[in-house]
Amino acid sequence: MDFNILSWLIWTPVLGAILIVILPKNRMHLIKWIAVFFTGIQLLLSILLWFNFDNNIQGFQFMEKSPWIPAFNITYMLGVDGLSLPMVGLTALLSFLCVFVSWNIDKAPKGYFSLFLLLDAGMMGVFLSLDFFLFYIFWEVMLLPMYFLIGIWGGPNREYAAIKFFLYTLFGSVLMLIAVLALYFSSGRTFDMIELMSTAPTALSQISWWGFSGVKVVWLLLFIGFAIKVPIFPFHTWLPLAHVEAPTAISVILAGVLLKMGTYGILRINFPMIPDGTVWFAGILAFLALINIIWGGMCALAQTDLKKMVAYSSINHMGYVMLGMSAVVAAGSKYGSNIAAAELGMNGAVLQMFNHGTITAMLFILVGVVYDRAHHRDINGFGGLASKTPIYAAIVALAWFAGLGLPGLSGFISEAMTFLGAFPVYRNIVILSTIGILLNAAYFLTSYQKIFLGKLNEKYKDLPEINRREILILVPLAILVIFLGIYPTPLIDIMKTTMSEIIFRVEASELLVK
Amino acid sequence: MINYGIAILLLPLLSFIIMIFVGKKLPNRGDWLSIGSVAITFCLSLSLFIMMLFKYDPYFKVEKIFTWFNLGTLDLKIGILIDNITIIMLLVVSLVSTLVHIYSTSYMKEDSRYSRYFAFLSLFTFSMNGIILSNNLLGIYIFWELVGLSSYLLIGFWFEKESAANASKKAFLVNRVGDIGMFIGIMLFFSSIGSFLFKDLYLGVSQGMFTVDTLTIAGLCLFAGAVGKSAQFPLHIWLPDAMEGPTPVSALIHAATMVAAGVYLAFRLFPIFTPQALTIIAYVGAITAVFAAIIAITQNDIKKVLAYSTVSQLGYMILAVGVGAYTYGFFHLVTHAAFKAGLFLCSGSVIHAMHHAYHKLDDHKSDAQDMRNMGGLKDKMPVTFYSMLFCTIALSGIPFTSGFLSKDAVLAGTLAFSSQYPNHFLLSLFGFSAALFTAFYMFRLIFLTFYGKPNSKKVFDNIHESPIQMTTPLIILSSLSFFLFFTFPNFNPLSYDGWFMTLVKSKDSLVPGYLNPTAYQIKEEIGQAHNLALFLSLSVAALGIGFAFLIYYSKLISADSIYRRLKVLHNLSFNKFFIDEILKKYLIDPFLKISKYIAIFDWDVYDKYFINGFGRITENFSKTVGNLWDYKFLDQKIIDGFGRITKFSGSKLRLIQSGKIQNYLILVLVGIIILYVFQAI
Repeated sequence: MDFNILSWLIWTPVLGAILIVILPKNRMHLIKWIAVFFTGIQLLLSILLWFNFDNNIQGFQFMEKSPWIPAFNITYMLGVDGLSLPMVGLTALLSFLCVFVSWNIDKAPKGYFSLFLLLDAGMMGVFLSLDFFLFYIFWEVMLLPMYFLIGIWGGPNREYAAIKFFLYTLFGSVLMLIAVLALYFSSGRTFDMIELMSTAPTALSQISWWGFSGVKVVWLLLFIGFAIKVPIFPFHTWLPLAHVEAPTAISVILAGVLLKMGTYGILRINFPMIPDGTVWFAGILAFLALINIIWGGMCALAQTDLKKMVAYSSINHMGYVMLGMSAVVAAGSKYGSNIAAAELGMNGAVLQMFNHGTITAMLFILVGVVYDRAHHRDINGFGGLASKTPIYAAIVALAWFAGLGLPGLSGFISEAMTFLGAFPVYRNIVILSTIGILLNAAYFLTSYQKIFLGKLNEKYKDLPEINRREILILVPLAILVIFLGIYPTPLIDIMKTTMSEIIFRVEASELLVK
Repeated sequence: MINYGIAILLLPLLSFIIMIFVGKKLPNRGDWLSIGSVAITFCLSLSLFIMMLFKYDPYFKVEKIFTWFNLGTLDLKIGILIDNITIIMLLVVSLVSTLVHIYSTSYMKEDSRYSRYFAFLSLFTFSMNGIILSNNLLGIYIFWELVGLSSYLLIGFWFEKESAANASKKAFLVNRVGDIGMFIGIMLFFSSIGSFLFKDLYLGVSQGMFTVDTLTIAGLCLFAGAVGKSAQFPLHIWLPDAMEGPTPVSALIHAATMVAAGVYLAFRLFPIFTPQALTIIAYVGAITAVFAAIIAITQNDIKKVLAYSTVSQLGYMILAVGVGAYTYGFFHLVTHAAFKAGLFLCSGSVIHAMHHAYHKLDDHKSDAQDMRNMGGLKDKMPVTFYSMLFCTIALSGIPFTSGFLSKDAVLAGTLAFSSQYPNHFLLSLFGFSAALFTAFYMFRLIFLTFYGKPNSKKVFDNIHESPIQMTTPLIILSSLSFFLFFTFPNFNPLSYDGWFMTLVKSKDSLVPGYLNPTAYQIKEEIGQAHNLALFLSLSVAALGIGFAFLIYYSKLISADSIYRRLKVLHNLSFNKFFIDEILKKYLIDPFLKISKYIAIFDWDVYDKYFINGFGRITENFSKTVGNLWDYKFLDQKIIDGFGRITKFSGSKLRLIQSGKIQNYLILVLVGIIILYVFQAI
């Protein structure tokens, strides 16, 4: 393509944000349509990118590179591969849909939508940057609008939630920054990620700081930075709070895209750049995955606030992603060179990232629908809504069953792949993790029963049915959930070459040789 | 042939999709669409069946394999397998499904969610056909959960009832417990073989890729799926509750087809079960058979009796697999599907009539399913009565019926096994006791419902035979219990030889070094055991019927006096051995409690004190630094100190500025002297 499509993907929403900022405050309608327009353009661009992407090429495509701060060898470098493309698509889709989710925001829409577009740009930038410094900048850029979006437009406890989210993530960022600088200085003063992938593995292995091996220290610093975003136990407690307090659209973005940045970062940076660290930590990663799955599931089971339940379900579902990622070591000769298992785990993990993005978006939007009408989210405070709002109940059933991993819907296949991939290496952990699929069913079905089944609660005999705007937002997500559940091939074809590459890089670690 | 299979699979799916979206707007609320699609699948299955009879080849098999997706080195393959077992299963499912569809047009006529009901039935038929047609474990697992979904949707169809909503959730969750075991089994096999296909599985096992222990564990894990779906002890608890669904659904899903899926899976996997696994399977089946039969004796709800009877009969089938007589188990599955579906539809007909009578009398309190409210319905509902009687005779194992043949065969199998392994004599004992109880509780049901005095004259007068859409399926299903349908061209009512036993051949075990008798050896033994089994099973059936007759028909023995003497036993049986209560008290409630504690810990302890603790420490630290050190010490002491010094020295030095010339001159002089001294040094 002869225009810089990746740059356009990032900067289009920024243009929109600038335009909104210079508009007068009272043009509420225009502001929303500008947001629709610019996120729409971004979505179209990402579709264009999707169709022009060559599945069989190794490495990055549509690369852009120009010097930025030559003194420190910092460049403006963008590129897309089979790992980032699904995330780019997800970001563009959810951003576009979330503009409609936010349609009824009437508190300072100008500020809301300009910050929202800025957030969108930041997320896109994270997934497309190939320069570590640029990556870090976008990582931070995204944080600020998020802080304000939760802190101003959130629920009753919004300020506490926002500051907690901000500080927690900032803490992670600082650790990440140290790691970035360590990589920079140890691997020939470069922020170029592609170069780092080839130089860092050997460069780091020769370093030790006060007796700690450079590999382990840098791996852990990066890991904690990313783990906070995922969030991985025990760094997870900001999430239920932020999700509960954030407005619906922001919860969708948080769970749908932001959480994926954590696992994206680990896959993009930790895995290929520090394969020794990855192998060293893989067992612990699998164990943390188990804790995420069980802990998240049990907490979700005990919730009475619907949104909090969905939030904990994210912790549970991101556990499956980590489980799949830990399977990467199966490819090493130490574990019998089981490349098929590594492929299952890694592809399953990225597939699960995408699928969780669409499913959890549906879940949060649906929670928002009932909250807008009933003004509370207490699971025990409803009852029998299915007889009053059958369409809403049916869509919730679809989303709920997708969440509990029903075969035929997208969550199942990715969860199954992560299990199958990790099983040969971490048999006991995987067997214990399967309890998670029972927990999923338990909390989704229990909450469904309490809200929708049984006798209609007289209080809600006039509850309005889900409206057309809300249905239209949910339809594309529902189609994706069903389509990818039956036929995941298009998405897998995009990512599998890149996954094989990452597996190959990790497999090269000496720690995996028998 | 494969195209037939694909059409059979997809037609009901298509009907589901259309029905769920536009069913309500179609003429007749779309019932014709569902019935049409399932009737076509029946015709297709029937033509496959006729083809099979003409080929008459026990080893007939076609298979088509597709690649679902590719991950680089791994090709994930799934596919369709059609052999004699598949064809027979397809015929059973599509036939019962078609009849239930027709029956439902009348039974569900007044329901406001009529088209949704038919959509769910189509979804079920699709998923069930998927299980039957799959040639791989993953495919079976996928459709396994999908039948679970349709079962959930249909059990909870009348979701306004709290009990129905509870039952549907329970069914799904209990099944998931079994499914988890099944999935672990799938992972165990897949991680060594790298494929889900049955034929790769068989090949891997026969090549000795697994140790006997692994194979036993993996086999039992897969069997756990069957325990859940086929309601075997201790996961049977969901099935009786599932009776909350509409009765035609109970007939189709919870009696004839879906619950048999577990047994079907066990047939498919028989060649890879180790002797150790099979022994456990046999005991699970035997215990389930007798245990559920005991519970069925004391139940008063007509559907509950039939539900426990189903559990018990499924136990028989599993028992047959366990003792290696698995073709007989499959035989029992097929014969049982017809007469148990018939029994449920008959009970539905009775309930329908009772319900209408109550409705007419404006009685919304009385239970239309309680047999104590019935009685004497024989003459009011003759078609229902004779159909139900014939199905009951079949279930009790009386000659000239299909049930006699299959049950006799299973019992002969257990006898043969026990004679070879005398320490497993309990298996036969359980089998025959279950047969005794079965005959007893079924005739108890018949006597209570159709004979004796009606409980209420007013209700009795308002009872009418059901309409033709409901009675036709009854007649068809009960007549299918006639032995000849299964033994043709053999006309001997006491021998099960015939097309079925010729076309369904048992596979030998593939487990290397398998020491137990293979299915083949068992069969020879069965020839010898057959006569003994025949004699014993007829005796116990007669005994059971006799007791039922004495207690509930002629009332020569008072039910109350037996109840008083066996109070403890009666209570155990009546309360289903308190399994639900025990599980709730010792497993579910503690788990929920732990979850609650974990959630509280997570939110109110860990986050509040530990994570926020960091914040507090930082805050306090900053306060210390900022307040104590920065402000109180650095600012107030040091910086202000300079000020104070300046101020102090200023105030002192101020005194020097007295305005007197002499003082100034002295100071100048002192200054000069000091400077001079410094310079000198």
